[in-house]
Amino acid sequence: MLSRLNYRVVLFAFAFIFGVVFSIPTLTNSDSGKKITLGLDLQGGLHMLLGIKTEEAVVSHIKSIAGTVKYVLDDNDAVVDNLHIDNETNEVRFNALDSDEYEKIKKWLTEDLKGVVIVRNDSEFSIAITPEEAERTKKNAISQAVDTIRNRLDQFGLAEPTVAKQGDDKILVEVPGIKTKEDEKRIKELIARAAHLQMMAVDEDRAARVMTMSAAEAKKYRDVILPDVKTKEKYLLREIPILDGSMLTDAKAVFDKNNQPIITFTLNGEGAKIFGDFSGEAYKTRARMAIVLDNKVYSAPHINERIGGGRGQISGNFTVNETRDVAIALRSGALLAPVYVEEQRSVGPSLGADSIAASKFALMLGFVMVFMFMVFYYGYAGVIADVALIANLFLILAIMSLFGATLTLPGMAGIVLTVGMAVDANVIITERIRELLREGKSVAKAIEDGYSNAFTAIWDANVTTLISAVVLYAYGTGPVKGFALTMSIGILASMLTAILGTHGIYEMLLPKINKNKLARWFGIKV
Amino acid sequence: MELFNYTKPINLMGMSRKFGILSIVMVLLSWGLLMTKGFNYGIDFAGGTLIQVKYEGDAPISKIREDLKQNPLYKNANVTYFGSNTEVVIRIKSSPTAVNKDIGAEVSGLLKDTGKLEIRRVDIVGASIGAEFRNKGLMAMMLAIIGILLYVSVRFEWRFAVASVLALVHDVSIAIGAIILFNVEVNLDILAALLTLLGYSLNDTIIVFDRIREGIRGIKNPNLTGIINESVTRTLSRTVLTSLTTFFVVFTLDFFGGEIIHGFSFTLLVGVIVGTYSSIFVASPILLWLGFDVKGFRLKEAEKLKREKEKDKMRAQYEQGTL
Repeated sequence: MLSRLNYRVVLFAFAFIFGVVFSIPTLTNSDSGKKITLGLDLQGGLHMLLGIKTEEAVVSHIKSIAGTVKYVLDDNDAVVDNLHIDNETNEVRFNALDSDEYEKIKKWLTEDLKGVVIVRNDSEFSIAITPEEAERTKKNAISQAVDTIRNRLDQFGLAEPTVAKQGDDKILVEVPGIKTKEDEKRIKELIARAAHLQMMAVDEDRAARVMTMSAAEAKKYRDVILPDVKTKEKYLLREIPILDGSMLTDAKAVFDKNNQPIITFTLNGEGAKIFGDFSGEAYKTRARMAIVLDNKVYSAPHINERIGGGRGQISGNFTVNETRDVAIALRSGALLAPVYVEEQRSVGPSLGADSIAASKFALMLGFVMVFMFMVFYYGYAGVIADVALIANLFLILAIMSLFGATLTLPGMAGIVLTVGMAVDANVIITERIRELLREGKSVAKAIEDGYSNAFTAIWDANVTTLISAVVLYAYGTGPVKGFALTMSIGILASMLTAILGTHGIYEMLLPKINKNKLARWFGIKV
Repeated sequence: MELFNYTKPINLMGMSRKFGILSIVMVLLSWGLLMTKGFNYGIDFAGGTLIQVKYEGDAPISKIREDLKQNPLYKNANVTYFGSNTEVVIRIKSSPTAVNKDIGAEVSGLLKDTGKLEIRRVDIVGASIGAEFRNKGLMAMMLAIIGILLYVSVRFEWRFAVASVLALVHDVSIAIGAIILFNVEVNLDILAALLTLLGYSLNDTIIVFDRIREGIRGIKNPNLTGIINESVTRTLSRTVLTSLTTFFVVFTLDFFGGEIIHGFSFTLLVGVIVGTYSSIFVASPILLWLGFDVKGFRLKEAEKLKREKEKDKMRAQYEQGTL
């Protein structure tokens, strides 16, 4: 028997062993070794495709430019009036009152601002960002959002979340294995949170009238009205913030002296200086400064002294988990532009488990039926085909494990389907062999010619199936991609097992095949 | 065991007129359905929100509908059983865009008086993504067909390619007709099933065509009808057996695979049947109608062979130094 070893059977044996060895980690679900990843539809989890409102990043970029302009002008004691943001044109505007200062103002601003066009029309200055800068800001907003969301999810302590840019302007977020609804909610909050921290001056001159003032009237005074986070109170705040969260270096969830959960934050040098300068002026009139997070006022204490060191705190109606999540969001940075849901799929773990059980059962049953049919119809030839089929299954699992491929529910269907298609090759071959045997050819000749006659048909059929699988992979998303993947691997593996492998087995067994027992070997009477 | 034992060609092409009419009627009916009733698009393509809820006992579907009305978002919700009496899916047309909106909690809250329940799945697809999926799906379908057409043209001959693609269109059309007729919800998995069907049905056709190609070269009588009849008859056993094994597995998948995979397996089930039928009664007759010049083909082949032989002879002479 050993003398009949041929390259085909050796290759097949090698493939079989390879398949078994590398599918062991997946089958035994061991901790070491490469395994197949279950898709979100099977293990449960959250899949989101997020869109991003990049125009908003441009708007907030203008706001931060306005903040810088205000700071630069104040710092140089320039005499200006009517500093505001024109919402129609997205420009920062002001009037310089001293004509001797025109050139100097332009020079100061040019030194501190990049990517802007400064136009002076008599005493009126207008500052707009260049189209390139706007484009860059938008692009930056996307990549920054990807980084920020990834950062937040990592810090939240999740196992292997995926955050990636998809297409030009979308973000794919995949979080497998979410155990509870509560966790899912927190994760969504964490992703959605803009974490836009601002410190804004209260407009003390008009603050008393805030409850009756309209937004339009506030706008006239270059103010905005923002609500309190827990009470119905409203605040009238200067439109241009003193500083924002981009100058933040750290944020922590701690407890205050009353054992309430709060968040403390630290500003960088520049932020600390601006904060110090502001408080140095404001304490003289006991003016208030509001801590604003995502357009809600958390507190607005009176400034009683000059505050150096650049430390602050956010206190509100927080739970411990909330302070933890807000601190994570602040540390990871603000989202420059808000994100919104384009597509979301959330699968509970129990549904995934049910799907696995159902398709496993269908897979097994389909398998057993095909197995029995082949043996019943073709005799030993069927057994050989079944051996190839088993090898094929192991190979699919092994290749997928090695690539760390994702198995989805349609992917399992793909395996089931491959079972049907893989035996097809053996049906074609065995039918050809039967034909030749009926014509009275010798067993050796029938096998040899049977394989060569059947080959072109199997090859062409497999290539065309592969064409549609590849197209499906290129155009499909998520689970459907998984289907195309398992089917492609299955087809390729079947070339090795169903054609080469079975051929090798026949060659090896040839001396044993009794011409008078063709009924047992090929299921035919001649 | 032998179910088929080739003795003489069955006059399959003789029946092609009857089956041709049947096929044309089926395809036209399917197109008619597509144009009048149209697809029952699921949220993947139409956009919207789907919530799957499992109850501990039977789901009180009318009370669910009633209770959902408390919230205007769910006023026109469509509630149906899903696979069994204990599970329902709620579908709404809108797709909330706020990342932190917790649809699951919202629905649990609305349905708190309907029994002990578990939210198992929440899918949201925005309208623009749905449209993108639709375009991509169509594009995938076209590309697959073009790719297959090219491959078959290269490997066989243009008439084979045209015949196989017409058979594909026939199969996909009828599968689409069945999807619409049985009101199967069309989502991404149905697209996957239709593309698989493309591959599968072509598989069958190619195996028959391979035999015809072989027959054109080898069968003595140069009558195309005879050649096709003999070739198709010879592959009949394989065609039926493979379809049977594939049918087994798809059937078990459809029967036991669970509700989520039902649309997918149903489409394939129809596809397997139609694909088998079309490889015998659609693709081959079309080839016959397109007319293949067997004699001309053989002459060309013979000439090719002659040229090659001459070349070999020359080479041999050259190598022996006689030239």
